[in-house]
Amino acid sequence: MIELFGYLLSGVTVGFIYTLVGLGFTVIYNSSGIINFSQGEFVMAGGMSTVFLIYAGLPLGVSFVLAIMITSMIGILLYKLISFSRDSSQISLIILTLGFAIFLRGLAQIIFDKQLHTMPSFVGEGAFEIFETTISYQAVLIIIVASTIVVSLYLFFQKTKTGQAMVAASNNVDAAKLMGINIKKILMLNFAISAVIASIGGILLTPITSTNYEVGIMLGLKGFCAAIIGGLGTPFGAVAGGLVLGILESLVAGYVSSEYKDAVAFVVLLAILFFMPGGIFGNLKSQRV
Amino acid sequence: MEDNILKIENLSCNYSQIIALENISLEINKGEIVSLIGANGAGKTTLLRTISALNKPKNGKIFFENKDITKLDSDKRVGLGIAQVPEGRGLFTILSVEQNLKLGAYSRKEKDLTKELEYVYDKFPILREKKDDYAGTLSGGQQQMVAVGRALMSKPKLLLLDEPSMGLAPIIVEEIFDVITTLRDIGTTIFVVEQNAFLALSISDRAYVLENGRVAISGRSKEMLNDSRVKEAYLGA
Repeated sequence: MIELFGYLLSGVTVGFIYTLVGLGFTVIYNSSGIINFSQGEFVMAGGMSTVFLIYAGLPLGVSFVLAIMITSMIGILLYKLISFSRDSSQISLIILTLGFAIFLRGLAQIIFDKQLHTMPSFVGEGAFEIFETTISYQAVLIIIVASTIVVSLYLFFQKTKTGQAMVAASNNVDAAKLMGINIKKILMLNFAISAVIASIGGILLTPITSTNYEVGIMLGLKGFCAAIIGGLGTPFGAVAGGLVLGILESLVAGYVSSEYKDAVAFVVLLAILFFMPGGIFGNLKSQRV
Repeated sequence: MEDNILKIENLSCNYSQIIALENISLEINKGEIVSLIGANGAGKTTLLRTISALNKPKNGKIFFENKDITKLDSDKRVGLGIAQVPEGRGLFTILSVEQNLKLGAYSRKEKDLTKELEYVYDKFPILREKKDDYAGTLSGGQQQMVAVGRALMSKPKLLLLDEPSMGLAPIIVEEIFDVITTLRDIGTTIFVVEQNAFLALSISDRAYVLENGRVAISGRSKEMLNDSRVKEAYLGA
């Protein structure tokens, strides 16, 4: 029982990171219909920039803010590339994001290096003890920050004028234009928000798992799985998908073997695509229409 | 000089290779209700989409209040006071009725929209009851009311309506057109596209008939009701 509780805790922690990456996919997919395969590289950019800003002697807080800003600029750059070639087919644009990911990985190798890097936990190295299991301060921080982001995103989309405009633009582009919504601005904002969420994920995760130039490949794929498992395009789906994936991984690693951990995501993904092609919350979306 | 609010000069438009509009010129004066009739595929929707900048014209110019708006994006045109109820209503189906209405006022600066919402709810009382329902769950008539109400939220100077009667029961059509005709009292100019030619001619001051992307006939609606060509082709008499 105690073991199980421990696995669940660490599963939820990782799950929230997958959730953040998955939400990034959802935000861009909803607004543009594009699956952004450089989402994982946004996560890497967040973590790596922070590490190197700290190496450069900047205080932690400043490094976070700068890293988030750098990543959002990268997101905006990707938007510019996509809008520059907006007459291309959806598939070409998706491949463009794939190319952009490879470019970012290469760039990270050149600007930074190929080593594994870590940074000190921002809340100290200690841990809480609950029911004879321990959970590190950093893991608690991940859970708090990630759930805060989820809730604030929800409030932003539901309660603010700009958020509503973003939902409207994803629901019906032409009608959104007829409301006087500047679609280009909204799209750019979507890419920026998506990059910000991903970079925060990268920063939060680095003290626990370390980071390097190619950490985004696996994280991007896991986040993609999370988004698909929950039902692509539904924000709640990304949350549920991320948590389910994190917990399953942790259980498999604990009870079976940590060698199989990475396979879990893809096995679950295949199962979902075979048996529930819409994802867990896929039906919810179609019911509302 | 005529006191026109919208003036279109020699407008041409292609819709993938096919010529959708050819050399269209027309004028709409302040406070008028003008209708545009024509068969399916005559280019009616293309013309409205071009006025709202959802389509790009190939040639020609569009003036709004004597200002050349041909190069302006759709959001800028909404800001000037051009609203449209698009073909098929274009509702935000995953948002509530009230959220849809509020988005109608997106181009306006005001934070407090109570007055505008009340205005729409007074025009279409059923929407007050349904304000928290998802727009996608409403009946066709109620959806059309949301679409019209949403367009009114921006307090437009010029309201473009694309087939507001499409697919609706006669009693609902009557209710919606009653509201549309009262908009003239608050100074809104209306340009309505209709397949139901009799309905369109009975409520409008002037009308244009579109055939194969060209203006075939134009004139005062009352006279057109008696025009033999119009009667034969569009009124089924």
